[in-house]
Amino acid sequence: MDIPPDYIPEKSSQKRRPKAAKGQQHQQNFYNDFDMPNQQSQQFAPNFGQQDMFYGGQGSQVFSPAGYGGQMPNFQQFPGQQLLSDPVTNMAMQYGQVLAGQGKDLVNQNIQQYVASSKLKNYFAVDTIYVGKKLGILLFPFTHTDWSVHHSQDEPVAPRYEINAPDLYIPMMAFVTYLLVAGMVLGTQGRFTPEQLGVQASSALVWLIVELLAFSLSLYILNLTTSLRYLDIISYCGYKFVGMTISLLAGVAMSTSVYYGVLAWFCITLAFFLIRTMKVQVTPQQREDGYSKGAKRSLYFVLAVSLAQPLLMWWLTSYIMLS
Amino acid sequence: MAFGLYSLLEATILCLNAVCILHEERFLAKVGWAVDQHRGFGEEPGVKSQILNLIRSIRTVMRFPLIGVNIATIIFKLLFG
Repeated sequence: MDIPPDYIPEKSSQKRRPKAAKGQQHQQNFYNDFDMPNQQSQQFAPNFGQQDMFYGGQGSQVFSPAGYGGQMPNFQQFPGQQLLSDPVTNMAMQYGQVLAGQGKDLVNQNIQQYVASSKLKNYFAVDTIYVGKKLGILLFPFTHTDWSVHHSQDEPVAPRYEINAPDLYIPMMAFVTYLLVAGMVLGTQGRFTPEQLGVQASSALVWLIVELLAFSLSLYILNLTTSLRYLDIISYCGYKFVGMTISLLAGVAMSTSVYYGVLAWFCITLAFFLIRTMKVQVTPQQREDGYSKGAKRSLYFVLAVSLAQPLLMWWLTSYIMLS
Repeated sequence: MAFGLYSLLEATILCLNAVCILHEERFLAKVGWAVDQHRGFGEEPGVKSQILNLIRSIRTVMRFPLIGVNIATIIFKLLFG
């Protein structure tokens, strides 16, 4: 439906839009000229896609000055031009951007309630030096002297700057490594199927969740004041995967007695590490008499946590190692 | 040994059911685990009162959701075994 080049549109009885800007002029010029539609579209349009073409078509149909004797102008070929110069489209685009920004804020807020993503990011702010030192402490905690965490003005301390701060990087990596090593060990025994990986993963996760629930519950029941958060507890309960991984590797590389030996070593070191770390963080309530009831309870709690870890280490690895 | 996440869910539902069943007057008062009467302000609550508080709050919060969850679990078990 091409309009012939020498077609002159008649003056319409309907009111035209007032000429707002240069773009308007350009648009009217463009309405009059239908000679080379493809050339025009190459000049103006990045290809906005189907939706925008449709919108451009819609907008232009609504606002085109009906000065063509009622003919429907063929706008499907020039989407970009309509989108750029139509002020209502501009407004709609800006409104949409504002809405998108608001929606993003809303989603962020809601997620913040449940996941606390800013605090989560803190736990992964590690660097190589920290990881190396922390693994060294996990391996041999007896020479480490200063176990206190230096808080900087109430904000959570990034592990990068404080060796005693808990992190989630090591537990997560150790967990994945444990799963892979467990799969490998099961493979050497001929017991491996791909489902086993999932079974081991959910097993370990279930025990982690049970630990988290049990420790949070006991913290509440024993009424202990502590600065420990849920993520801290997950982090401390996840450090045992390091020992489990290494003992599994040792056991599969050498013999079962080596596995027992390495496991025992890591049980002792992990218990020591946890006792020293958590004694600092689970502080008893300060009272006038100095020795409040909280001291005994916090000691029991720390002991329970530290002794639960070796049990779980043994429980989870014995299934894999011993057939 | 192979605990899945679904077993964990089942276990928590069972435990919550068990806690919700404990009736205040008929059972807990007889055992001596009624809601503590002599509660001073500013005094540190002991272990027993914390546990009783916990039982009471679980009962208050989880009563209605647990009804729905139990119905869903029953239907699920009936259909899928």
